[in-house]
Amino acid sequence: MLAARLVRLVATLLAVSFLTFFLVNTLPGDPINALIPPDAQQDQEFVAQLREEYGLNDPFLVRYGSWLGDAINGDLGRSVITDQLVTDEIKHRIPVTAELAVVSIGLALLLAIPLGVTAGYRQGTKIDQSISALAQFLLSIPSFIVGLILIYFLSIRLRWLPATGWTRLTESVTGNIKTVIMPAVSLALTEIAVYTRVVRSDMINTLKETYVLSAKSKGLKDRFILFRHALRPSSLTLTTIVGLNIAGLIGGTVVIEQLFALPGLGKRLLDAIFQRDFIMVQGVTVFMACVYVVINTCVDLFYMVIDPRIRRKS
Amino acid sequence: MKFSPRSKRKFSFLEAFKSMSFLTKLCFSWLVILVLTAIFADLIPGLDDPNYQAWLFDTTGNELRNDTPSWNHWLGTDVNGRDILARLIYGARVSLAVVASGVTCGVVFGGLFGSFVGYVRGKREAAVMATIDVILAFPGLVLLLTIITFVGARDLKVLCIIIGALSIPIYTRVARANALTISRREFVAAAEALGTKQRTILIKEIVPNVLPTVLAYALVAAAVLVALEGALAFLGLSVESPAPSWGNMINLARADLRVTIWPAVWPSLALVFTVFSLNNVGDWIRQKAQKRAAAI
Repeated sequence: MLAARLVRLVATLLAVSFLTFFLVNTLPGDPINALIPPDAQQDQEFVAQLREEYGLNDPFLVRYGSWLGDAINGDLGRSVITDQLVTDEIKHRIPVTAELAVVSIGLALLLAIPLGVTAGYRQGTKIDQSISALAQFLLSIPSFIVGLILIYFLSIRLRWLPATGWTRLTESVTGNIKTVIMPAVSLALTEIAVYTRVVRSDMINTLKETYVLSAKSKGLKDRFILFRHALRPSSLTLTTIVGLNIAGLIGGTVVIEQLFALPGLGKRLLDAIFQRDFIMVQGVTVFMACVYVVINTCVDLFYMVIDPRIRRKS
Repeated sequence: MKFSPRSKRKFSFLEAFKSMSFLTKLCFSWLVILVLTAIFADLIPGLDDPNYQAWLFDTTGNELRNDTPSWNHWLGTDVNGRDILARLIYGARVSLAVVASGVTCGVVFGGLFGSFVGYVRGKREAAVMATIDVILAFPGLVLLLTIITFVGARDLKVLCIIIGALSIPIYTRVARANALTISRREFVAAAEALGTKQRTILIKEIVPNVLPTVLAYALVAAAVLVALEGALAFLGLSVESPAPSWGNMINLARADLRVTIWPAVWPSLALVFTVFSLNNVGDWIRQKAQKRAAAI
């Protein structure tokens, strides 16, 4: 069963890499336009030489095959513009994006779990309605607007935090916290809304279970039951939702890294897009999609590890 | 012959509107006003100036940069002295076009596709769903950015086509899930028992019952699309300046945040309120659709 899941993972990764390569190489717009400016294209010989060098004359499947072979060996090519190795760029920039994602998920869960539990426990009351309304409101604010509001108040007005830039964790811990907090909060708000809704509806269902009733009849305190007994099944749903939300988060980091000028992977992707650096775009896109697919496979496997019912069923 | 039960009462718009909460009424009205002003923008006096310099009475040109709200410029002017309200209204067109194309393609192609594979099952279903899984394995914005880069031309038409095409997979998934349950219902079995052709069952029984859920999903998806276009424009990858879009207005105003916040506030408010309204009305319709689904 584990083997079947891994086979599916490999198949999906292959399909994702194929689709990316297909998009980059067959969409209108000759890659040669990205390599050299139009006026240099008068030189037919030079163009032909470049085509040969980048293998643009080979049939599509041959090109895909050789690119895939290199990719598996950890070679995603070199940037057309800066000549850097794509993999080096990814290695250099992934810590920023990863930290941003982890901190924002952490913040979101820290706030969403108590909110969701309270709303579910007090279902139908004023508290529940306010929390649900808050969640709907938070869901409606795009992250870049939250970011702008934070920059305006915390950087421009109060001058507490730097508006842009990044300090690496290895350089200075407090400096790092100062630069990560605003981008992370911008990304976290939408997630808070999603997670709160999930925890709330889970909680409403779990509180109807008989084991909650028996815990109650044992005389356990409500708070203890809520966080020790009732929350446990929600951990499964939450794990799934967090995994699925990684996709939105990756998109979000592109926007937020641009807004806060953070040297992350999303910013690199955008720069490559504006420079029409097709090898870099191709490499980073494949990498991001693969990360998302792998994380979700891990979530599935984790699910089976912690819930024996699922293991036995399949 | 038609087997699935249908409501005898005719749909009354007034009744539906009355049953909304105050907030939902507000949201619904905002959406109606938004759509109408965006469609009829050219008919509003003083608005048809391509440079967005004069609003109603003002013909002084673009001398007033970053001006505060005044009688001549109801929401003030931006850094280039253009009327913000006029640009907001024309910017709404971009959001509206993106939503219209995404929802139309999604509901028509995704809805039909999903209903079909959900009903016939088998190999065709497996093949379609596998393709969709791969497309949805990409983080949406990243896939969108990649396609936009390589398509090259960047105008509203191209943007609409791309977003329309990318909307199909997710709608297909939603429609299929619904078609799966609908096709197990007794009225489908009844039609099959009478020897009705598969195509007739699909069109007369499956599609009409899948449609309400898909439409309810469409409003929520519309909210996502408005936010997505905002983000895209904010990154400078939606319609090209000087054409206005809420996202690129915010991006333009960002540089002057130290001087004035108003040119950033108005488009942000428009964006947030529109997304909120779509979510709110979407939730309301979903509740209605659930009640209807429970009834049949």
